Amino acid sequence: MTQGAGEGRTTVVDRYTTAARINHWITAISLILLGLSGLSLFHPSLFFLTGLFGGGEGTRIIHPWIGVVLFFSFLGLFLRFWRLNLWRAEDGTWMARIRDVLAARDENLPEIGKYNAGQKLVFWGMTLLILVLITSGLVIWDQYFYEYTTLGQKRVAILVHSLAAIVAILIWISHVYAAIWVRGTVRAMTRGSVTGGWAWRHHRKWLREEVDKGHAAPPGPGRA
Amino acid sequence: MATNRAMDLVRRSAAEAPATVQFKDEVVKLIDVSKCIGCKACQTACLEWNDRHEEVGFNTGSYQNPHDLTSESWTLMRFTEWENTETGNLEWLIRKDGCMHCADPGCLKACPAPGAIVQYANGIVDFVSENCIGCGYCVKGCPFNIPRISQAEGKAHKCTLCSDRVAVGQGPACAKACPTQAIVFGTKDDMLTHAKGRIDDLKSRGFNQAGLYNPDGVGGTHVMYVLHHADKPELYSGLPKNPVISPLVEAWKGVTKVAGLAALAGAVVLGFVHHVVTGANRVSRKDEDEASRLVEDGR
Repeated sequence: MTQGAGEGRTTVVDRYTTAARINHWITAISLILLGLSGLSLFHPSLFFLTGLFGGGEGTRIIHPWIGVVLFFSFLGLFLRFWRLNLWRAEDGTWMARIRDVLAARDENLPEIGKYNAGQKLVFWGMTLLILVLITSGLVIWDQYFYEYTTLGQKRVAILVHSLAAIVAILIWISHVYAAIWVRGTVRAMTRGSVTGGWAWRHHRKWLREEVDKGHAAPPGPGRA
Repeated sequence: MATNRAMDLVRRSAAEAPATVQFKDEVVKLIDVSKCIGCKACQTACLEWNDRHEEVGFNTGSYQNPHDLTSESWTLMRFTEWENTETGNLEWLIRKDGCMHCADPGCLKACPAPGAIVQYANGIVDFVSENCIGCGYCVKGCPFNIPRISQAEGKAHKCTLCSDRVAVGQGPACAKACPTQAIVFGTKDDMLTHAKGRIDDLKSRGFNQAGLYNPDGVGGTHVMYVLHHADKPELYSGLPKNPVISPLVEAWKGVTKVAGLAALAGAVVLGFVHHVVTGANRVSRKDEDEASRLVEDGR
């Protein structure tokens, strides 16, 4: 721990615990399966995707159950991260400089904590949409809940469910794209850590906090 | 039941329909409510012919039994007692409920399973069980609240207009069983002519508002009613005056379906273009060095 971390060396900062990563991947897999099974019943051109779930009937049966898994899994993520996603003053500045964000001119952006405004919008957007999706989903889960709502309510629910799902998938696309575009991000969810440089570039305020707490370690053998 | 090959198809749910149509004569089942005596022979004949098995019911103070359409009972006599304030008479309005076989079927529009709902050139709208996935979208699409899902089978069911009988030149079982010929079946032209005779007769006997129920909102139907109070169809156990496919269903299966998929594809393309134009957002050596320095200073 005493070896110098000067020029040419890479520091590593822990970003996610193992439990948080498992929680994330359960949510991710559920969301992807929900997207595939939901889309297969949404547009005829995608009906072939029901083959992944044992046919149309299998898809109809399993989709709501995966939704239940996602709901509780996301609830776990929500309880873990909601405090860190509260809106802060620098988030407004970040949003105002969205052009710099998209052009990768991170040097023009304010110092950001663990999450930037975009990530916070993903978080709160998904929170809201998953609430809408589970609620409307229960209304149209005819196998168990048919008699609790009217036909009119079911019609509203199914339209709301499909619209909310489209928006949720759009958010998911931006989430995945951001993780790919901003290199060095994915390892946060695979290995649980990021490099110091990544944190310095994108989440400097968070890096400073971690350093203050003594959480950021210089590269020991086998860390980077 | 599989798609009936003895009749030409014009529409298939969630799929293209074959274009070969040879027999275009439309059929109609005409139900003359004024001649119905509520004997339920049609209900029994329907269960018999289609080999459905209704549970033994219980009485709730009405002749109506079962109390609603079920996945077994594809047709149901609905009983209404109505006090006509104009004449002071108590009228017993009995309507044989069941699939109306709309020219513009909401069930078919809503159905996500290719070929699970078909429309034949003769106007019959039929459910093809082997393709049905039991999702219940047809229930939401129907403006008449007709289809029912069988919990046991996980399939949707409704009146087939005895498509298997019609395909071999017979009338539906209910029409065959009806003792008063309140239910008649034939070509659309013949039935319209027959209905006109019945309506003229009813009018001559004081039912000035007698008329034909063949609502335009769903493009007309292939099950039609002769009603003594055609101006007030709601009297007959809530028969809708202007049935249309719900705008919610039209929005869901219309613009949402197309625009939604386009938006998703657009987002993926946008991401691709952005990456090509901007290039990856990479951490520089300088970033790593700055971070290393910060960590060093911090300890």
